[in-house]
Amino acid sequence: MTIFDTSIFDTRMGVQMKNFVSLSVLVATVALLSGCPTKKPDVPDTPPQPTVDNTAGVENADALAGDTTASMGPTGDLLSKRIVYFDFDRAEIRADSQSVVAAHAAYLSKNPNQKVRLEGHADERGSREYNIGLGERRGQTVRRALALQGVAEAQLSTVSYGEERPAAAGSDEQAYGLNRRVEIVYLK
Amino acid sequence: MKERMKQTAIRFLAACLFTAMGASPAFAQLRLTITSGVTDPIPIAIVPFSRAVPADGGLDVAQVIQRDLESTGRFKAMDRKDMVFTPTTSVEVDAAGWKQQRVDYVVVGRVSAQPDGQVRIDAELVNVLTGQRVAGPFFVGSSANLRNSAHRVADALFEKIIGVKGAFATRIAYVSVDGKPPKQTYELFVADSDGFNRTRIFSSPMPIMSPAWSPDGEWLAYVSFERRTSAVYVQHRRSGKQTMVSARAGINGAPAFSPDGKKLALTLSGSSGNLDIYLLTLATNELKRLTEDPGIDTEASFAPGDGNTIYFTSDRSGSPQVYRLTVGSTERPKRVTFQGGYNARPRVSPDGKQLAVLTQDGGSFRIGVQDLANGTVQILSKGVQEESPSFAPNGAMLIFAGRDRGHGVLQTVSIDGLTSARLDADAGEVREPVWGPFLP
Repeated sequence: MTIFDTSIFDTRMGVQMKNFVSLSVLVATVALLSGCPTKKPDVPDTPPQPTVDNTAGVENADALAGDTTASMGPTGDLLSKRIVYFDFDRAEIRADSQSVVAAHAAYLSKNPNQKVRLEGHADERGSREYNIGLGERRGQTVRRALALQGVAEAQLSTVSYGEERPAAAGSDEQAYGLNRRVEIVYLK
Repeated sequence: MKERMKQTAIRFLAACLFTAMGASPAFAQLRLTITSGVTDPIPIAIVPFSRAVPADGGLDVAQVIQRDLESTGRFKAMDRKDMVFTPTTSVEVDAAGWKQQRVDYVVVGRVSAQPDGQVRIDAELVNVLTGQRVAGPFFVGSSANLRNSAHRVADALFEKIIGVKGAFATRIAYVSVDGKPPKQTYELFVADSDGFNRTRIFSSPMPIMSPAWSPDGEWLAYVSFERRTSAVYVQHRRSGKQTMVSARAGINGAPAFSPDGKKLALTLSGSSGNLDIYLLTLATNELKRLTEDPGIDTEASFAPGDGNTIYFTSDRSGSPQVYRLTVGSTERPKRVTFQGGYNARPRVSPDGKQLAVLTQDGGSFRIGVQDLANGTVQILSKGVQEESPSFAPNGAMLIFAGRDRGHGVLQTVSIDGLTSARLDADAGEVREPVWGPFLP
C-alpha cells in the first residue's frame, strides 16, 4: 500500500524536499500510532463469484470445449514465425509478412486435420470496442489469405482480443508495433 | 502547498483512526485528488456535526460532505482548526462573525440515534452574505448506510447552492487490471462515487470489458473472455446472479441497456467477422439486427427517452465516426461527428442535448463533448491517451479513463471543463469507468 499520495506534490510548483521530509515524518508517526498502513485493505468479497445459470445463444463450439490448449505446431524458418504484424488502423497483410502466411497456408493445406485459431489484436490507442473490431478485421484478413491459398475453412477460426491482451507493455511506437498483430495459434 | 500536505495528512490520520477503530471496514481503494478547480471557488465552512456515539460508527459526517463538495472543484472548505466557533444548529451561527472569516456559506448539523435504531442526519445551511437560513436536508438511514446518507446531504447542499442536483450518492463501475501481460487478472468493481465501499462483481484471468449499468442500477452488463472468446453477461449486483445473454459465434460486445432496461443493444460479428449492432430483448431472447454495413459498427448508446434513438461508432466512411440510427426506421444511419479523423464511443448526456466522445485531438486521444443542436465540439481533457467517457446522472460531470505516469487512472471533469479530479487505485490499472444512475 502506498503510504501517501505522491500527487500532492504539484509538479507545477516543484517538489519541496523539506516538506517532503516533514510530511514523511508526520505520516510515519501516524502510521506508528495507528498501525493503519500495515493493515492490508480488505476487499469485501460479496457478492460471491457468480455461477452461470443460462446458456442462451451459445453457438461457439470452441468456447464450449473449454480452454483448448495450443499445441507446439510445426517448426521451420517461416513456420516457427506465428505472428503477422500490421500498420496503425490497417488490416492489410504487409509485404514482409506474406511469406510467413504462405508457409502456414502450405503446411495447413497438406495437413487438413490441423486447426488453427487466428487471434487478432490492436494497439492501445483509441476506443476498446472499436479495437475489438480492428483485431477481428485483421484476423479475418489472415483467414481469407490462408483460405485463398488452399486452407479449408473448417481448419480456421478467429477471435479478437482488441487491445486487451498486449504482447508488449508500454506506450511507444515499438510496443504499438508489436501489439498490432494476428497470432496463428496451432490447436491440439 | 504546505497547507495541502497538512490537510492530506490530517485526512489520512482520520481515515486511519476509523480503520483502527474497526468502524469503517471499507478502506478507500481509490484516492481522489483535485487536479484543477475554478479560479474563484465558493468559500464554505462545514462545521463538525454533533455525534451519536456509537450509532454513527465513528463516521465523520461533516468530513464526508466536505470531501464531496471539494471534489467538484467549486468549493474551498475552511480548515477546521481555523474555526473559532463550532455551532451545530443554525440559530447558533453568528453570520457576521463568519463573514469576517470570509466564508459565504456555513453548514452545521447533527447526527442522532433514532429509537428504532436508525441514524438521522440533520443539516442546515446558512448563507452568510444574506443571513438566510435553510433548514434541512435531513436523511434517516441504517448505521451501515450512514456514509450514503452523508452523500445525500451533500447532494442536497450542492443543489441549494449551485442549482444542480449533486451526484455524490451514486456509484461507479470500473475494470481493474493487475499483473504484467500476458499474465493479468481482470476485475470488475462497483464503488461509491468517491471511491469508497468497493465491491468486486466479477474477476477473471481473461479480459473483462465494457461494463454498462441498467437504468435502475440493479444490474450490470459486461463482456468477458472467460471462455477464450467474447460473451456478454448480465449480472445482478446484489445477489451476484449472472446470466450469459450472448455467446454467439464471433464477437459479442459493447452491451448497452435500453432506457426501460428491457433490451440490450450489443455488437455481434457472426463467424464472417462483420461487426453490426443488434437489439436483444432480454425476456424473450429475440434478436433484431439494427445495422447492416461491411464496416465496423459498434459501441451503441441509447439516447434518453423511448429507446428508439441509438448513437454508435462506425468506420463506414473510412475512419471511426459517430452515427445515429432510429430503431424501426428504414432510413440510413445519419453521421453526427465531423470534426477530426477519429470520433468513437458516444455517450448521450442525461438531458439528451450533448454527446461525449473519444476524439483524436492532434496526436492525442481526448474526451470531447459535442452540442447535438449546433455541432460545436469542446475538448474537455488534456492527456495524451484517454477513453471511455461516461456522464454523471446529473449531467454536470463526466468520468473517463486516463493515464498518469503510464498508469491507468480514472478522472472526472465538469461539463464546462473547468474542474477536474483524479481517482488513483492503490494497485494495478483502473479503466472503463461507468457512472451509475441516481439511487432510489
